Amino acid sequence: MSVTEMFSYIQAFLSADQEIRADVLLQDIRKVVQVLEQTAREILTLLQSVHQPSGFKEIPSKCTKAKELFCTVRTQLGELKNKFPVEQYYRFHEHWRFVLQRLAFLAAFEVYLESACLMTRDEVAQILGIEVVRKKGFHLDVEDYLAGVLIMASELSRLAVNSVTAGDFGRPLRISNELDSGFRLLNLKNDPLRKRYDGLKYDVEKIEVVYDLSIRGLTKEQEAGGNK
Amino acid sequence: SPPPSPPLHSFHLLLHQELDTKHDKHERLVKLSRDITIESKRTIFLLHRVTSVPDVEEVLTEADLKLDGVRLNIRMIAEELRGEDLHQFHRAFTPGIQEYVEAVSFHHFIRHRTLISLEEINTKLVFVKEPEGQQPMGTPQVLTFQVTPTDYLLGVADLTGELMRMCISSVGNGDMDTPFQVSMFLRQIHDGFSYIGNTGPYEVSKKLHTLRQSLSKVEDACYTLKVRGSEIPKHMLADVFSSRTAMMDQDEGMA
Repeated sequence: MSVTEMFSYIQAFLSADQEIRADVLLQDIRKVVQVLEQTAREILTLLQSVHQPSGFKEIPSKCTKAKELFCTVRTQLGELKNKFPVEQYYRFHEHWRFVLQRLAFLAAFEVYLESACLMTRDEVAQILGIEVVRKKGFHLDVEDYLAGVLIMASELSRLAVNSVTAGDFGRPLRISNELDSGFRLLNLKNDPLRKRYDGLKYDVEKIEVVYDLSIRGLTKEQEAGGNK
Repeated sequence: SPPPSPPLHSFHLLLHQELDTKHDKHERLVKLSRDITIESKRTIFLLHRVTSVPDVEEVLTEADLKLDGVRLNIRMIAEELRGEDLHQFHRAFTPGIQEYVEAVSFHHFIRHRTLISLEEINTKLVFVKEPEGQQPMGTPQVLTFQVTPTDYLLGVADLTGELMRMCISSVGNGDMDTPFQVSMFLRQIHDGFSYIGNTGPYEVSKKLHTLRQSLSKVEDACYTLKVRGSEIPKHMLADVFSSRTAMMDQDEGMA
């Protein structure tokens, strides 16, 4: 084969199936991801309102609404799955990584608001209608799940502060502590996940301070009531 | 009171295993890639001796043995990638593979004066696993590593730098044929890359500039050889080239 023939062959290969079609696939993928991001923003707006003073009472109804939106998410993720060959998940992973982490966070946050439980990766994947094992199909990568959990930890520390402000001392917010010790069992490399985890200790501190202060606040109020 | 949280530690432990497995595999692949790079570079260094030794075949044979060693490492990469998504780990091993392509195509050019094809490269990366004792029918398992067209292109792009060096040093040894052969070959490769142009991956386009520089040096060297070669005593030919390429490098520095 001459040099010219070799390059013609390579050029043909590049423009055929594998390489150039990636551009076309990317367009489709980006469109679906944009739609997913829109839905994620709606869920976020809905759940973020719990930080407002009036928000706490409305938590059950917000969770119900959020669950409906997750139905939409499942449909949209279903569409995303069809936009590329299943075995090329990691080729395009970067394009949906951000929104998937967001959705993992939102799913875990919604469940926490309802039941004060931390969702497992399997449960998150179930809410999103995707797999956990790569070989079974479009899956939730372990690092994306962990990133979602860490985003939630941040959100919970914020919730701790705001619930005290709203006069609600009863929220058990020790969950960050458990998250921290769980994460300590993991060996994190020096990557974005690790940096997020480093931020966790500030969230944990914040929650503990708020919790302690709120306990003292409760005690003071009881004493004051008793002396009257 | 709210229900107790699920046993966090146990499921974190499973995540810990999965994360470790992924990271460990990545590390192993990076190590293999590094070893491949080192041994491929040594092979290229060895191959440059063909311009100054009488027995070219001896150098080629020694290089062959080195490349066999590299292929054993590539086989280990193939083992690691079995059942995995190649895109997840490509970044870990692509440097080594590109260096291997550079070495093996250099070897091929010295022996055959042609460009090794992607198919020829990949044929040598089909590994047959001998059937282990207990297997009933004793069917051998086949394991392959396939170099992608992109990695092939990037390796060939780097090859052009070595060819330029080979051209210059062959002149210094009074070899009047090799420079012109290399020049013609290099031009064909350059034309091939021009044909692909910007339609290829971004990393390929980036190498085009260096490729043009290498080609310029070689073409200018051949021009000087042709026009003034007969005037210059053989033992001074090398000096003409070193000063000429030094001039060109200076120009580039000022540009």
